[in-house]
Amino acid sequence: MADKNLLPRLDRLTRITAPQPLFSRPRPLSGLLAPQRFMGLLGLALFIGALVLPFITASPYIISILTSAFIYVMIAMGLNVVVGYAGLLDLGYIAFVAVGAYTSGILSTTLGFTMLETIPFVVLACILAGIVIGGPTLRLRSDYLAIVTLGFGEIIRITATNLSITGGASGIHGIPTWSFFGWSFADGADLFGIHFNAKILFYFFVVIVALGLATVGAARLANGKLGRAWKSVRDDEDASEAMGINGYTAKLSAYIIGAVWGGVAGSLLATHLSAISPPSFEFLYSALILMAVVLGGMGSTPGVIIGALFVSLAPELLREFSEWRYLLFGVLLVVVMIFRPAGLWPANFVLPFLKRRPAAEPVSTTNIPWAQQAKEEAEAEQEEIERMSAVTSTVPDSIPDAVAGVNAISDNPADQEENR
Amino acid sequence: MTEFFSDQLFQLIWNGLFVGSFYALVALGYSMVYGIIKLLNFAHGDIYMLGSFIAFVILGGAVGLFGVASLPILLIVLLITMLLTGAFGVLIEKVAYRPLRSSPRLAVLITAVGVSFTIEYGVRQIFGADPQVFPFRLSGEAFNFLGARISTPQIVLMVIAGLLMWVLQSYIMRSREGRAMRAIALDPRASLLMGVNVDRVISRTFFIGSALAGAAGVMAGTYYGSIDFLMGFTIGLKAFTAAVIGGIGNMQGAMLGGLVLGLLESFGTFALGGEWRDVFTFGCLILFLSIRPTGILGSRVVERM
Repeated sequence: MADKNLLPRLDRLTRITAPQPLFSRPRPLSGLLAPQRFMGLLGLALFIGALVLPFITASPYIISILTSAFIYVMIAMGLNVVVGYAGLLDLGYIAFVAVGAYTSGILSTTLGFTMLETIPFVVLACILAGIVIGGPTLRLRSDYLAIVTLGFGEIIRITATNLSITGGASGIHGIPTWSFFGWSFADGADLFGIHFNAKILFYFFVVIVALGLATVGAARLANGKLGRAWKSVRDDEDASEAMGINGYTAKLSAYIIGAVWGGVAGSLLATHLSAISPPSFEFLYSALILMAVVLGGMGSTPGVIIGALFVSLAPELLREFSEWRYLLFGVLLVVVMIFRPAGLWPANFVLPFLKRRPAAEPVSTTNIPWAQQAKEEAEAEQEEIERMSAVTSTVPDSIPDAVAGVNAISDNPADQEENR
Repeated sequence: MTEFFSDQLFQLIWNGLFVGSFYALVALGYSMVYGIIKLLNFAHGDIYMLGSFIAFVILGGAVGLFGVASLPILLIVLLITMLLTGAFGVLIEKVAYRPLRSSPRLAVLITAVGVSFTIEYGVRQIFGADPQVFPFRLSGEAFNFLGARISTPQIVLMVIAGLLMWVLQSYIMRSREGRAMRAIALDPRASLLMGVNVDRVISRTFFIGSALAGAAGVMAGTYYGSIDFLMGFTIGLKAFTAAVIGGIGNMQGAMLGGLVLGLLESFGTFALGGEWRDVFTFGCLILFLSIRPTGILGSRVVERM
């Protein structure tokens, strides 16, 4: 060692006290403007708005397109569990809708079940389908799942066309509306002196089930233990397995829950359309639902709702444009993936006016006493080392490294330990 | 049973091999792209469809000019179509896939679905949703061979398909560019360090794969005589099945898988009836993926992280 004094001096430098934080993080907005609470209230307001709407306008056309739009929202929320939360690409999601719609349709038209009684069978059929498709393929790479689901969608559609129990190519018609303990929506209801017909009652039912239960339920699932497991498997399967999450079970559960959501939405759809046939379950519709999820924002509840409303209402709003809309959707999908992969409303998006925080005092790093002091000391050290190296003829190799370490004023003492 | 053997067996085998050679051609492109950048190119089946529509336009012009189309003209059209679809494949890769090469797999897959949708409905906007009649059909008398009815167009198309596969095989195994492709399939980063121009090789892979799909599209048009904008969807799915059966990422596997799938389909159709053909095929896919996901020839499955 050329200089016995150098090491103690460096040692003094490493004993810099832990730095104070440069600025304290300002508190987020509280009260009604706390982002989560605000979004919850906004959702509640929109939900009440949807319930009140028939009192403002009861035009059958508007009620009908909104009913189907809300069913689409539920389907999209189900797909969001699979694609958005668990990161599994399902290209045959409409197959689960078909399973649900056909199960309800067959049981209600041939065996005389009410729609409510068919729901347990719908759920069972969807769980079964989810296990049959997801079971073998979820162990494989994710791209295989995409193709297998694509094939599964085709299998379901062709099977529905070929079997006689599903009514062949013409499908099933005359699917009844919902009834509860003898009272059917078809009977109508008189409340507050207003008569509600079956369509409007079914609209209320869809608003409550599809928006109030299914959408909120799916969104809340994502915040629970299972939902966090899904997201961690999506982000890094190996890391989450190291943390004790069974990746396969997590993915399979997401897939099955997605299937159940699709199936129940399917039986709502069967009631809404009152007739179902194989062409309603083509690949095109799987792709449209995927678009709703992707355009809106994978894993983002407001995004998926917006996306589903856009995709289902676009043909109504852009009538003269409807020829071009599939082409437009395809291009949009590519453009969104390249330029805004998180979608229109990303999962971590917070409305700008909810982000307002008291401006933090910017702190200049030159004014921090300990940093200033350390810098001066380091400069003094360097000068001295340069002076010494000019005097001594041979300088050990380790010295320049040590100097570099001092100049960097690393926060981490271990760095400097190494350099020594 | 003896009647089955004398009458049906060779016919079924022949049909299977014939359809299988189409699947093999499309599966090759799938498998090549997958082998090199681990991307499932959903648009591949649509390139096949695009190929038949390009040939439809060119042949329509040729028939208008020369009055009648013949086999040499068909071969020229085949070459032009291959060049065009190949260029289109390169364009797709540049515009849609290259910006996303370092993105999560899900984003790239979704983009591929978007590209597929764009091509399908772009073609629909131009040509309409109704099937188009191909302006030229190969015709020729059929003859019997071991009880199987074999027609001249089938032989011509199978020879073309076999020739294309042979050219591709020797290109990949013998040429310098082919070696670069195999190197990238093994390890893209190491090949980059060894001085392989990875972007160019990927473009070239897309060119070759898309050209083969385009060729298959032209051949399907001349054989079946009717084309529509969704024809690529099913064949894309089946080509993927073929690639999986043979072992995805593996050239010989894709060819073998195509033929095996053709045979399976042929016998499955015979046993279950034509309306269950696609169900049977996709059932095979799911079965294969659960029992032997590496396929017949694929021995290595490396999970890249």
